[in-house]
Amino acid sequence: MNLRAVKAIYMYEMSRFFRTLAQSFISPVISTSLYFVVFGTAIGSRIDQVEGVSYGAFIVPGLIMLSVITQALSNASFGIYFPKFIGTVFELLSAPVNFLEIVAGYVGAAATKALFIGVVILGTASLFVDIHIQHPLAMVAFLLLTCISFALFGFIIGIWAKNFEQLQLIPLLVVTPLVFLGGSFYSISMLPPIWQKITLFNPVVYLISGFRWSFFGTADVPIGLSLLAIAGFMGLCIAAVWWIFRTGWRLRS
Amino acid sequence: MAAVVEIRDLRKTYEGGFQALKGVDLTIEEGEILALLGPNGAGKTTLISTICGLVTPTSGSVTVGGADIVTGYRKARELIGLVPQEISLEPFEKVKDTVRLSQGLWGMKRDDAAIEDVLRKLSLWDKRDARTRELSGGMKRRVMIAKALIHKPRVLFLDEPTAGVDVELRRGMWEVVEELRRDGVTIILTTHYIEEAEAIADRIGVIDAGQLQLVEETGALMARMGQKELRIELHMPLAAIPDALSDYDLELADDGEVLIYRYDTRAERTGITALLNGLQSEGIVLRDLQTRQSSLEEIFVGLVADAQKEDAA
Ligand SMILES: Nc1ncnc2c1ncn2[C@@H]1O[C@H](COP(=O)(O)OP(=O)(O)O)[C@@H](O)[C@H]1O
Ligand SMILES: [Mg+2]
Repeated sequence: MNLRAVKAIYMYEMSRFFRTLAQSFISPVISTSLYFVVFGTAIGSRIDQVEGVSYGAFIVPGLIMLSVITQALSNASFGIYFPKFIGTVFELLSAPVNFLEIVAGYVGAAATKALFIGVVILGTASLFVDIHIQHPLAMVAFLLLTCISFALFGFIIGIWAKNFEQLQLIPLLVVTPLVFLGGSFYSISMLPPIWQKITLFNPVVYLISGFRWSFFGTADVPIGLSLLAIAGFMGLCIAAVWWIFRTGWRLRS
Repeated sequence: MAAVVEIRDLRKTYEGGFQALKGVDLTIEEGEILALLGPNGAGKTTLISTICGLVTPTSGSVTVGGADIVTGYRKARELIGLVPQEISLEPFEKVKDTVRLSQGLWGMKRDDAAIEDVLRKLSLWDKRDARTRELSGGMKRRVMIAKALIHKPRVLFLDEPTAGVDVELRRGMWEVVEELRRDGVTIILTTHYIEEAEAIADRIGVIDAGQLQLVEETGALMARMGQKELRIELHMPLAAIPDALSDYDLELADDGEVLIYRYDTRAERTGITALLNGLQSEGIVLRDLQTRQSSLEEIFVGLVADAQKEDAA
């Protein structure tokens, strides 16, 4: 294992993040505050409690998931797309590294950035509402797994994309709607019965439900199923990345 | 000398069916400078890219330092430094950070002294904190070289290192190459400038249409292919070549004051004596004679044309 290569890629990727640290910090603080102002006052005044939790607190896990997923996706996809676009990827392909080392460096950096945003949002939210985390270990585990698996997914999108439009396509057209419709801001028990069934085909439901369970102990779907879903998603992504590097798909000619 | 790179029957067919390498066999000796000479599209970049891991070979094998580039890629690549034809650098990164990335990718411990060393060698130390987009083209090329050299490769590939580079920078590049050779680094460079191959290479490989036409020591290649020119300066200018001499490959130059005769030094008879006799019987008075070895360029053009003729036959 060429651990020095992993570290070199990781640090190189993180340096861009450190250069714009203030910006990386301020934008989630502002957007989170806006969510609370808009949702908390406009909707919260009509719905005061969901499943025994104040609406303001109820949306916190969904809010974190929404940002963490979009950040992990965009950081990882851009992180590998950019070297492909400008040609510097040749160095990765000619270096004595294997796919695990490349992935660990890029995905690790993208997941770290997403995790940072998640923590900033949690901190900001706790200024607006009282948050009790019932299962802190599970919370951390869900957060980490989500950061890593969506960074992996982003990495695949970045390798697949042939232009900037394609790079935006899947996050915009698939992931963001799934996250919004995945119970980020509501409990699926609030939906009409038929939609409750349909919604179960949305994989993000399992993530958000599990994550919310770690906060409040209530869930839309059994917690075991949530864990299984995220582990399965991660397994699929790892298999895809392994295949990409084995065949050189969209990397080697 | 020991072989450091061995290429056996290497073939590459790109997606879409274009065959860019048609069975290349080549052994590169430790410590030599080998120039791969060939026109655009000959397959030079494909050959280098395959050895370095950017292009997957269709068939055949390559070993570097005894390690197979597919099954032993880690060991093979540790020995290789690559400066590709196209310069590519992340525009907002600092020179020293991008060199540090290369150092880590090749599994070296972080070593700022080594970075300083390589940057000084390439006259880039003053620019260590500059962002790469602020550099001139020549400097960018040197940053690419610094990245390729930071892990002290035993084999360095330079793909068209002087393409589009002015004369002064080209000389600078040759000096860098010379210095690396003194350190024992094996250097493979591609070029379509004949003078360049002639000036710095120990051996020259001529590649055309995906095939290695020949590989020879630079001096021997020239001697073997030794075409010469005899320049005959005349006392009185000629308006045209006399009919009696039309059998010779003659050319009039300098307003008829010079006759140029091309002949092959390998031939049994060069035809010089007969030509001079012929001139005498035509009553042509000579002022001076010079012979000149033809440049590698002519050899090269001849080679490629010959190969094409053979293909057609
Ligand atoms: N990725 C590719 N896909 C298809 N054809 C390619 C690709 N890369 C190069 N070629 C073709 O292979 C031939 C050899 O190209 P190259 O190795 O770049 O030549 P050189 O470096 O000698 O100019 C050219 O005809 C080129 O068009
Ligand atoms: Mg080329």
